[in-house]
Amino acid sequence: MFKFLVQRLATIIPTLFFVSILIFGLQQLLPGDPATALAGEDHDPNVIAYLRAKFHLDEPVYMRYFYWARGVLHGDLGESVRIQKPVTDLILEKLPVTVQLASMAIVIAIVFGVSAGILSAVKKDTAWDYAANVFALWGLSTPNFWLGILLIMLFAVKLGWLPASGYVSPFEDLKGNLAAMIMPAFVLGNSFAAVLMRHTRSAMLQVLSADYVRTARAKGLEERVVVLKHALRNALVPVITLGALGFGELLGGTVLTETVFSIPGFGKLIVDAVFNRDYSVVQGVVLFTATVYITLNLLADLAYFLVNPRMRG
Amino acid sequence: MAAVLTATDALPRELTPAQRALRRLARRRGAMVGLGCVVFFVLLALFAPWVAPHDPLATSWSAVRQAPSAHYLFGTDEIGRDVLSRVIWGTRASLLAGLVSVCISLALGVPVGLAAGYLGGWVDALISRITDAMLACPFLILAIALAAFLGPSLTNAMIAIGISATPIFVRLTRAQVLAVKVEDYVEAARAVGNSHLRIALRHILPNVVAPLIVQATLAIAAAVIAEASLSFLGLGQQPPAPSWGSMLNTAKNYIDNAPWMSVWPGLSIFLLVLSFNLLGDGLRDAFDPRHK
Repeated sequence: MFKFLVQRLATIIPTLFFVSILIFGLQQLLPGDPATALAGEDHDPNVIAYLRAKFHLDEPVYMRYFYWARGVLHGDLGESVRIQKPVTDLILEKLPVTVQLASMAIVIAIVFGVSAGILSAVKKDTAWDYAANVFALWGLSTPNFWLGILLIMLFAVKLGWLPASGYVSPFEDLKGNLAAMIMPAFVLGNSFAAVLMRHTRSAMLQVLSADYVRTARAKGLEERVVVLKHALRNALVPVITLGALGFGELLGGTVLTETVFSIPGFGKLIVDAVFNRDYSVVQGVVLFTATVYITLNLLADLAYFLVNPRMRG
Repeated sequence: MAAVLTATDALPRELTPAQRALRRLARRRGAMVGLGCVVFFVLLALFAPWVAPHDPLATSWSAVRQAPSAHYLFGTDEIGRDVLSRVIWGTRASLLAGLVSVCISLALGVPVGLAAGYLGGWVDALISRITDAMLACPFLILAIALAAFLGPSLTNAMIAIGISATPIFVRLTRAQVLAVKVEDYVEAARAVGNSHLRIALRHILPNVVAPLIVQATLAIAAAVIAEASLSFLGLGQQPPAPSWGSMLNTAKNYIDNAPWMSVWPGLSIFLLVLSFNLLGDGLRDAFDPRHK
């Protein structure tokens, strides 16, 4: 157990190192003088001189990386040029909104995706299976910003049941918050549900033909118990691991969903930063998402390890 | 592939694995529908100047936000341009972005994956860690960041998407090469004295092509969505040139009084992506009958 933990943690360090190089390298892509580009459209010579000193632009690249990485390790992701606020504060400020959105989306995706996956595996080659596969194809092929627009058209403009956009804090008005978040959560969860459905289906099909499932059936257990208790429990293991890998796409999806529904979260932060040429915010957001993603995958691996006794040996 | 073809000539009745896979593919209705739609969109893109009923850039202040009619089948947009013509011309940006960015991913990912899998050792360790690092940044967020730093344009969007999708191909190629390089025929090729480069290119590469084709087809679908997403955010095709993503970006401001502006470009993205997904799924089943 300990050895596995150490080995798994050891692979993270080089990965994070290369992530940091990649993100630091983004800055080098800026055409021309980075100080001029980072200063925005005003080209104020004072700002440029300040940035030049601040980012050590007169020093070689590896030294600049060193200064930058040292800051990152101390939790300093730089400062927003536009809002004059530390990037870390900005991220932490927007994070709760996105966490709520993503959690709701995950719940929706699990409810629809896993159930559809079970249904299609149990009723393989029937109309149910066919319908579940169509549902998955729909989920994988619909651009979520378009789905968002269509839902706004139907539920906000035509029926007037839900607000078209905007955000209310759950601490101020829980009902209003849920009304504003349900459509975006559904949009965001849509493609993730499709991914989960496909994984659940193939895992269930594999498990359902296993010997112990046949034994459970042979001893006369109810089909419902066989499927939900014996088969599903084992089938969910790979679904969790693969689901964690799909989480990255969910994070990417928040960018579009938050833009369509004007939700002031993490995704909106990166889009606004891109248009304000606020490059340190862009770098900070990418670095932060990558770290979250790596951590989640580590946790998924640990969960896999814990629920699978054969791995412990 | 030349070696495969000579083998077929010698045994005319026996089908090559590739031919058998194509036959299986032809029997899959979903894949054939997907292929048909892809061909339709390709033709639409190629013949856009002749098919489009109006100039996609021509504005008309007397025809602003007109509902679909006999004259404007899909209606007009906020400055009186014909939505149908813009959708038809927009096919070019989407298809081009899908194909070019996947070609970039293949051109970068396959040689690197081949090197990692074949050479092993520290080369593999280094490449694998870099791949992990790239995969840790969510595809779309990495593409947005790259496009933001490169500057907004269709070309830069394609480069950004291509680079962001590269690690998937590195990983896939590497895994396939690891499986193939222990096969007897590779061992035999080595025993005969072939150079490493020749073994990698002539004996290993042809045997890892099938899963790459499947992945490339599915990656085109993802790239089309990614290009539309970047254009929707303003980082892809720049106005006034038509692209489905940027059309939706404008359309979202007119949801209540001109819904047709959002319906058609979105439906086109959906259909094109669905077609590539259907074709990709079909190819996967055809190349690997055990799947499903």
